[in-house]
Amino acid sequence: MTGLDFGVIQRALPFLLEGLALSFFLTAVAMLGGVILGLGLAVIRLSRWKALSILAAGYVNGFRAIPLVLVIFWFYFLVPLALGRSVSALQSVVIAFVLFEAAYYSEIFRAGLQSIRPGQWQAAYACGLGYFQTLRLVVLPQALRNMLPLMITQAVVLFQDTSLVYVISLRDFMTSASIVANRDNRLIETYLFAALVYFVICSIGAASASRLSARWRPA
Amino acid sequence: MNYSWNWSILIQPPYLGWLASGLELTLVISISAWILALIAGTLVGVVGTLPHRIPRMLAATYVDMFRNIPLLLQLFLWFFVVPELLPSRWGFWLKRDLPFPELWTSMLALGLFTSARVAVQVGSGITAVSSGQRMAAVASGMSPAQTYRLVLLPQAFRIVLPPLTSDFLTVFKNSALALTIGVFELTAQSRQIESFTFQGFEAFTAATIVYLVIALLVTFFMRTLERRVALPDTMGAAS
Repeated sequence: MTGLDFGVIQRALPFLLEGLALSFFLTAVAMLGGVILGLGLAVIRLSRWKALSILAAGYVNGFRAIPLVLVIFWFYFLVPLALGRSVSALQSVVIAFVLFEAAYYSEIFRAGLQSIRPGQWQAAYACGLGYFQTLRLVVLPQALRNMLPLMITQAVVLFQDTSLVYVISLRDFMTSASIVANRDNRLIETYLFAALVYFVICSIGAASASRLSARWRPA
Repeated sequence: MNYSWNWSILIQPPYLGWLASGLELTLVISISAWILALIAGTLVGVVGTLPHRIPRMLAATYVDMFRNIPLLLQLFLWFFVVPELLPSRWGFWLKRDLPFPELWTSMLALGLFTSARVAVQVGSGITAVSSGQRMAAVASGMSPAQTYRLVLLPQAFRIVLPPLTSDFLTVFKNSALALTIGVFELTAQSRQIESFTFQGFEAFTAATIVYLVIALLVTFFMRTLERRVALPDTMGAAS
């Protein structure tokens, strides 16, 4: 083992930062899309329409039973076929992540919505509010408090999961780090640095989640 | 959509054999990683509930380390970095003489990654056992080791069985990452069939169905286990 040379990080920093930006972008888009779609899925699943509710449950349990890597491969293969034209790796990955995360966020929403006592629904109905008004004005604002820490925890998991785009060579932070590691033959330095970056970012995320849940515990 | 179906590809040699050997590797990696995770996770979980501050901090650091670094990167660290940092004779052995290094590495990496999750569950299970139990054990003259082995852990495990089920399921899914260091497990084999035959739909469907069946079987197994070991007065008292 020759001496360590962390200068390689400094030289490759612009390239690595570009990768990190893509990781953050993917996390943000997947979270936004996943939250919106996940809320819809959770509402459908808790609704009175039996058939739709079963479909939503099938969607959620199906996505939760298979590896994300397989989902990424699926959409990398399927999206160009379905659209009849070639699409970029980024486009297929964004679709895969949004649909995959929706399943996980839907479970968070479902637990959050169920944590609101039925009396709240009944009181809202008694005041003349409709179903969606009750959801938007009464139930969601309260449920959101219980859910926010879990949603942040899920975002941290998601941020780590974006590293899986490595399997289709999309240049996020992980892939960029591995490119640098192999190009400059500095595997130790680059991977240790990458680990440090992920560790710091995820620790901040995890710490803010636990602070939030501590503050809002007795709600 | 312009696609020529050929489902029979899945039962043709060599593709059926590829899927079977992929499934075998997925099961081998997942189950051995799970055993390692249970052992290491229980140890760390116990250490995290000891009355002293320093072991508790060590356990918390362990959990944070394994939880806040992506599994893919942990796999690369174990595979590419650790052999270089070890004394050169060990590193040499790992790189040259150990058969199937990628297989051993994925078991180890996945097992330790999962152990952090198990440790959190076991720790919360031990905390959930009422403190009177611990005091009663001490008052009966049990040593700390006996208290954990005979009183706290048997109850803690029963309490955390449901959340452990989901961690067990996650192990099978995470084992797919072994393909990044060259293990041809189930997902890698389906991907390989796709690139050989261009029958991606059939190949990925096969892998998806196998994962779904694994999930169903594991869930069924754990539910049965839960029912067999449940204590009457703690039913539904989890979380």
